[in-house]
Amino acid sequence: MPTRAPSADYARQHLIDPEVCIRCNTCEASCPTDAITHDERNYVVDFSICSGCHACVAPCPTGAIDHWHQVLKSTPYTLDEQLSWDALPPPVELGAEAPEEVPAEVRTLTEIATAGQGGPATPPWSAAHPYINLYSIAKPAMAKVTGNYRLTAADASADIRHLVLDFGTTAFPFLEGQTLGVVPPGTDASGRPHNVRLYSAASPREGERPGYNNVALTVKRVTADHDGRPVHGVASNYLCDLAIGDEVRVAGPYGKSFLKPNHPGSSLMMICTGTGSAPMRAMTERRRRRRALKEGGELMLFFGARAEHELPYFGPLTKLPQDFIDINFAFSRVPGEPRRYVQDRIRERSDKVARMLVDDDCFIYLCGLKDMERGVIDAFRDVCHEHDLDWDRLKPELLAKSRLHIETY
Amino acid sequence: MDVNYSEKIPNNVDLAGDRTLQRALEHWQPRFVDWWRSMGPEGALAHDVYLRTAVGVDREGWAQFGYVKMPDYRWGIFLTPVESGAVIGFGAHKGQPVWHDVPGEHRANLRRIIVTQGDTEPASVEQQRQLGNTCPSLYDLRNLYQINVEEGRHLWAMVYLLHRHFGRDGREEAEALLTRRSGDADNPRILGAFNEKTPDWLSFFMFTYFTDRDGKFQLCALAESGFEPLARTTQFMLTEEAHHIFVGESGVSRAIQRTCQAMNELKTDDPARLRAAGVIDLPTIQRYLNFHYSVTIDLFGADRSSNAATFYSSGLKGRYEETKRSDDHSLQDASYPLLTAVGGTLAEQQAPMLNALNEVLRDDFVKDSMGGVGRWNKVIEKAGLAQRLAVPHKAFNRRIGSFAELRVAPGGEVVSEAVWNARVDEWLPTASDRAFVASLMGRVVEPGRFASWIAPPAIGVNRQPVDFEYVRFN
Repeated sequence: MPTRAPSADYARQHLIDPEVCIRCNTCEASCPTDAITHDERNYVVDFSICSGCHACVAPCPTGAIDHWHQVLKSTPYTLDEQLSWDALPPPVELGAEAPEEVPAEVRTLTEIATAGQGGPATPPWSAAHPYINLYSIAKPAMAKVTGNYRLTAADASADIRHLVLDFGTTAFPFLEGQTLGVVPPGTDASGRPHNVRLYSAASPREGERPGYNNVALTVKRVTADHDGRPVHGVASNYLCDLAIGDEVRVAGPYGKSFLKPNHPGSSLMMICTGTGSAPMRAMTERRRRRRALKEGGELMLFFGARAEHELPYFGPLTKLPQDFIDINFAFSRVPGEPRRYVQDRIRERSDKVARMLVDDDCFIYLCGLKDMERGVIDAFRDVCHEHDLDWDRLKPELLAKSRLHIETY
Repeated sequence: MDVNYSEKIPNNVDLAGDRTLQRALEHWQPRFVDWWRSMGPEGALAHDVYLRTAVGVDREGWAQFGYVKMPDYRWGIFLTPVESGAVIGFGAHKGQPVWHDVPGEHRANLRRIIVTQGDTEPASVEQQRQLGNTCPSLYDLRNLYQINVEEGRHLWAMVYLLHRHFGRDGREEAEALLTRRSGDADNPRILGAFNEKTPDWLSFFMFTYFTDRDGKFQLCALAESGFEPLARTTQFMLTEEAHHIFVGESGVSRAIQRTCQAMNELKTDDPARLRAAGVIDLPTIQRYLNFHYSVTIDLFGADRSSNAATFYSSGLKGRYEETKRSDDHSLQDASYPLLTAVGGTLAEQQAPMLNALNEVLRDDFVKDSMGGVGRWNKVIEKAGLAQRLAVPHKAFNRRIGSFAELRVAPGGEVVSEAVWNARVDEWLPTASDRAFVASLMGRVVEPGRFASWIAPPAIGVNRQPVDFEYVRFN
């Protein structure tokens, strides 16, 4: 069996295509860290210096500059190797953990989202095998909008929408927990096509409506950035404003780690805020539809929002039977009540959480804002402390068994 | 109508705060647009072209892409940021602070340098003005227009220096830059190569590969100048020149690629059969190469030049990569092996390096040019073919300098007038070569389609697909 290096050992190395490069020196002149050098043959980038800032990318007249290869951090291409090239080497297959040919920007988003678990990981052992990257940004699947309605109350601060896209006769197989790429039409201020945005499927694999070739997305209209400054989210506003019948370009599916276990008796602990609820809804709905099979296992949900009326899917959630799912809401902005966050609820449910943390059939999913991730990890540490467990020893074990999955932004 | 020049003209030279300059530009700008309308790309005033506009010298400002009508292009004025404490790097004033204003004693020479450089910019736009009618694809048409507007911007850069630093003389020179015409018998452009026609796209690609590369070396030498505004202006121009050279190098490369493909499909190297298949045979490409290379290296001037020595010693024009060289940067005692014509043969003589600086720059150019030709050969090699292209000897087909008195074959052998006349058709494009190439120049403007003689590029502009609608006709 081939040995696999942990994903943390991989890095993206910036390389220049010697076949396309015209040796104009523009990149070397524009590099703020002096990472680029040349001899009479080639222009090359020093892996140990390049910070990946992209300052050289726009001025390059040829596009030769924009190459990024997956390498082992311990053995990047040396300057001498690069100086000897007539052409770029083919990308090296780095075992099963090396990402497939997903777009660089999707990879970057994934790296950021999964930083809390040390980069993309392996899925639960019983997860279904996912299809990945069937449709590229250049050749997307076309989907038609068949539903678009607001999930949050009219007076809620956030406009969160439930969007249903139908692929018609185009195959777009996906699993709960996978993401889809949406490319808004048009170009940005500098005339480039917009970046792809990733949205988790909010519906289970067999469709929002069983037997239909459709998928649901949970989209929050972005009107401010993380620091509250007003911004106009290009993709979210585009999606929120779509009318029934409009066509949408969809790339993907992406993701092969944040997947649900399929074996009978498996349990899920789901922790989310806001639109982080999308994959949780998909997984919950999958389990709900299969209840009659009596496969066993528990569902536990920690769901945070500012208030009840700001919570997407609040109504349908409260209708789910308590013996099916153990729901714990945390509201942080209810007038007259103390602010409560998901981590507070986790601490309150310490006994059950501790039991699930050590249950090898329980898989834990975190999706939402980065701030929540820090709070939840601290809460886990406290829960462990209370139950004579050591979080710092447990966490690597959870990761090794693919039981902890984090996607935060 | 009032035009807000500080808004209309992206700049980092505090245009709004410089009344003198603003008045000068208010006078010159409409004249420039008139010139563009009459001498710029023919029949293209109303096209929407997917162009890159520089609105600043930083990372974000460098490349703004969008559809623009060329007469509305925002020709900007950009100088790279001031380097505090900069000193002159060569010549008699080496180590002294750089000049922010024109030193009186060098005024005439500096003006001459700037005018000569500035004159080439509108000249090339004039030379290329009809090429749009025979473009091999929308992608190539867009690249032509991008080059044209950037040559326009380079003219602006030189006119800025003339207006800002040379008073009335400068304004008169700026006017004259708009009145000379490429190829005009009465009022031609200053340099010979800029009065030649650019009749077809193979010539255009060769021109942008070789002649714009001359521009690169001249600009590199000026970027070393002790006259700081000139140095800072040319540094930014160099980044745009890189794109022009790319268009040339990739254009020729794509033509070669297509030819090799046809050679393999037809299993022949017979020019007649290849021409019948609608591609340009490699010997014809070699003859075009010989012509453009030899005409371009004339642009570096005479092999011995007292002007070059003066420009260097007085700190006006350095060498290519002056700062990277490890000699004394004054060159008073240095010598340079100079190949020269002596009594009907070629011989190497040691010459004072100061007088040989044109040759030094020319030799740097030769080395740089050969790199790209080597990459063209890689295309042929990759196609599994044995043919190779080569740059001719630097004494071949020269009109300027001591070689002008000799007849030299591309391989470097001195030949008699009779041999030259007998073989010149093997070495330089013939009238029938040019007629054949011209016959291929149909206009292809359907997105994603390419003329028979040229392969599509490997990648599109600004990450757009190759079949993107780079130009919209209105």
